[in-house]
Parts: sequence; C-alpha cells; structure tokens
Amino acid sequence: MECIRLEYEVDGENFASAGNASESVKRTLKQLGVSPASVRRVAIAMYEGEINMVIHAHGGKAAVEIYPERVDIYLKDSGPGIADIDLAMKAGYSTATESIRSLGFGAGMGLPNMKKYSDEMKIDSTVGVGTTVFLRVNFE
Amino acid sequence: MTIREVVKLLDAEILCGAEHLDTQIHTACGSDMMSDVLAYVKDQSVLLTGLLNPQVVRTAEMMDMLCIVFVRGKRPEQSVIDLAASKGIVLLTTEKRLFVACGILYTNGLGG
Repeated sequence: MECIRLEYEVDGENFASAGNASESVKRTLKQLGVSPASVRRVAIAMYEGEINMVIHAHGGKAAVEIYPERVDIYLKDSGPGIADIDLAMKAGYSTATESIRSLGFGAGMGLPNMKKYSDEMKIDSTVGVGTTVFLRVNFE
Repeated sequence: MTIREVVKLLDAEILCGAEHLDTQIHTACGSDMMSDVLAYVKDQSVLLTGLLNPQVVRTAEMMDMLCIVFVRGKRPEQSVIDLAASKGIVLLTTEKRLFVACGILYTNGLGG
C-alpha cells in the first residue's frame, strides 16, 4: 500500500522546540487535503505525545505513516518507562514535577487526550528501558 | 466580534498580527494549563492566558486558534512573538487580570 513516511528526532533538551514534529505533520496533512477536523485530531494527539517525550523521557523518535484513509504514528523513547499504564491513563494522574506544571503541562491529561483524539492507541513500556506509543487516527 | 473589538474592550496592545484584526471570532477560553486547553476546548478562537512560553503558541496552533491574549500585563519574549507571527496568530497583551478580561469579553457577547 502506498504511504508517505515521515521521521523526526524529538529533542528532549529543548522545550521550546517541542511540537515541531506535530506541526510538520499537521502542515503535510493540510497540504494533502485531509479534512480540518481530522488534521486537528492528529495534531493534538501527536503534540501531546511529543510533549510527553520531552518532559518525561529526554526526547526520542517519531515515525509517521500517512495512508489515504488514516495516519499511524509511532513515538519511541528511551526514557524511564511507565510502571502502571492503567494508572497513567487516568485523567488527572501525573508524575510531572512542579516545574513542568509551571510550563502549562503535567495536568495528567496527556495520555487521556491522546486516547481521546485517536481511534487506536497502544502503549508498550518497560521500566528503565523506554516507551513506545502507537496512535492511529482514521480520517473522517 | 472582531479581534479589533477585543483590542478595544481589553485596552490591549497588539504584539503581532495587526493585519488580522478584522477576523471574526465567536468563542474564547481562559486557562494557564495547556493540557486542559487541549482536552476541553472545541473550536474556540481566542485563548486568554497568563502563561508566556512558546508552547502557548504551539497549543493555539494545534487548536487552530486565531488570537492569544496575555493578561496581567505580561509580555512574552521576542522569539515567542516571532513564532506567533509566522503562524498568522494575533498576540495581544492587556493589563487586566484573567477573570476580568474573560468577564468583559463574555458580557460583550463572546461565547465559551
């Protein structure tokens, strides 16, 4: 099946640049003529993932596959991992520090938002090894 | 109302995007927590906030918002202003506090 593949390095040391990859994907989908509502769902889900990689995991890699009817996103980091995924998925639960909260994140809405705005979400995580998040968004 | 009316109502200073002042807006939200903006906001076109970092602009961009109002006289760094300008997002700053600024816009017909 034909698809467009995009890959990004997410810089974990640079909070200001967090969102660059999501923005690039958003722009690409817009250019491809994907509906604004679908573009926004992809942008928000991926942006939350990108922010997570920066604030929790020292960055990582994002791979995006764009198909005619959907987009698949793989976010892979070598961060601390998630000990209890069910707990992490609960709205309002966060391990973010006060300094992260002062930046406007760490409300415990990241993973719930990613689930809310995607059609499929899978988390593979090993403590001390890292986390891979898969997101699929079907276009309307 | 237009963004121009927001400027007038909040006695705001325009930091960038002066060419977009006649854009129509219908709804707004006020928050310092960007995760909540991403979670609960739907089709709001103005963000009022006391937070100044570049992720405020990124969040607005992801949500297709048109205008950000910094409250309590806050003023972001030039790099944040440049980022917003490159996205065509209007940045305003007002001396009014978040609650007051939201109240003024709400009572003048802007929805939530």
